[in-house]
Amino acid sequence: MEEQAVGRVESLPLAPEVDESLLKELVNHLREAREELRQEWVERISAAQLLGTMSPQEIFSEATAVYDNYVDTLETGSVERLQAYAQDLSERIVSRGVETHEVLGIVLLLRDVLARSLFQRYQTDFKKLNRILDAYEPAANRIAIIVGVSFVQERERVIGQQQATIRELSTPALQVRERLLILPIIGALDSPRATQLTEQLLGAISTNRAKVVVIDVTGVPAIDKKVANHIVETVRACRLMGAGVIITGLSPEIAQTLVTLGVDLSMMNTVGDLQGGIEAAERELGYRVIHPLEARPDEIT
Amino acid sequence: MPVPILKQGKYLIASVQSALSDREVLELQERLLDLVGKHRARGVIIDVGAMDVIDTFATRSFRTVVHTTKLRGAETVIVGIQPAVAFAMVRFGLWMDDVHTALDLEEGIALLDDLTDGADVTHER
Repeated sequence: MEEQAVGRVESLPLAPEVDESLLKELVNHLREAREELRQEWVERISAAQLLGTMSPQEIFSEATAVYDNYVDTLETGSVERLQAYAQDLSERIVSRGVETHEVLGIVLLLRDVLARSLFQRYQTDFKKLNRILDAYEPAANRIAIIVGVSFVQERERVIGQQQATIRELSTPALQVRERLLILPIIGALDSPRATQLTEQLLGAISTNRAKVVVIDVTGVPAIDKKVANHIVETVRACRLMGAGVIITGLSPEIAQTLVTLGVDLSMMNTVGDLQGGIEAAERELGYRVIHPLEARPDEIT
Repeated sequence: MPVPILKQGKYLIASVQSALSDREVLELQERLLDLVGKHRARGVIIDVGAMDVIDTFATRSFRTVVHTTKLRGAETVIVGIQPAVAFAMVRFGLWMDDVHTALDLEEGIALLDDLTDGADVTHER
C-alpha cells in the first residue's frame, strides 16, 4: 500500500494495521512534550539555516501550527485538515521565495525530532519502541509527502499562472496600414513562444489580408539556433500565404549569432530599424507618405 | 471528381475542392499542362483553400506544375494556403520558395497581372 499514487493520499488510512491504544499513547506523548519538542524543532530549523526569508517569530508560529496539525493528523487519521493547512501554508510561503528543499527539510526535521523523542522514551522497552515506530513511521512519511506535494503543486500553479500571463501579453500582430502588419517581439524567445507567435501571425495574415509583415525583434535579447530556425520557418510560412516578411531591429549580438550559427538567411529581408522596415513595407505596397510641410522644405529644419 | 479548371481570360483557374489523392494530383498536373497549351494561357492559379493537408507529394507536384507550365509559357500562382497548413508545411520542411504564392484568388489574379504585365502583344490596326 506504500506504492499508492501520491494524488490519492487522502483516501488512505494513515496506519491501518496499528492498534488504537498505541496510537493514543503516541499522541499523548507528543502532546505532553509539545513545548520542548517544538522548541527543539525550531532550534534545529535555524541551525540548518532553513526558511531564511522568514522572521524567527513567523517560523515559531508556523512551527506551532504545523506541530499541532501533525499531532492531530496522527490522532484522527484524517488528513483533510492537514491538507487544507498545507495548501494554505504553501500559498503564503511560495510568494515569499521559500524553496522546495526548505519545506521538505523542515518536515523531515520534525520527523527526526519526534522520532528521537520516541527513542528516548522507550529506550528500555525495545519491543514497544518497535511497535510505536510501526505506528509512527508510515503516518509521519505520509504527512511529509502531503506537505511536500502541496507545496510543489502550489508552486506549479503559480508558475502556470505566470506563464499564462506572459503568453497573453506576448505578441500582438498590429495592422498599421491596409495590408501591412507589424509584430513587435519583446522579451526572450523560446520554442513554445516562437511556435505560438507563428500561429498567431499566420492567423492575423489571413484575417487582415496582410501582404507585408514587419517583424521587429529590437526587444529580443538573444536567440539560439532553434529559435533562429523558427524565425526562418515563420518567414517561409508567411510566404506560403502570400505575405512578404521584413525583419527589423536585429541587434549586433543576434546578427552575429545568426551568421555564426550558419542559419539560412537567403530569404530573409532585413532592415535596420522598425521605422526603416515600415517605410520599406510602405514602398512595397505602393504607399507614399508625404509630410504636409514638404511643399515648403525651408520650414522643416 | 476531377478538379474543375476554369478559363478566365488569359488565365486558368484550378480550384481544388477537397483533399486530393496522389492520383488526382498527377491528373491535375497533366490536365493543367495540356490546357495551358490548348488555351494559350498566360497564367495558372491553383486554389488550395479547401485543402486541410498539403503533403510532400502534393508540394512536389505543385512545384512541378509551376516549373513545367513556365516552360510552356505560363506563370503559376498557388493561392489560399490556410494558416495551419502553412505552419505544418514549414514544420515538415516543405516549402515553395521558388513558387509564387498569394493569399486568395483575388490576390493571385493581381499577382499574375503583375507577373505577365507587358508580355502581351496587342494587335494594333
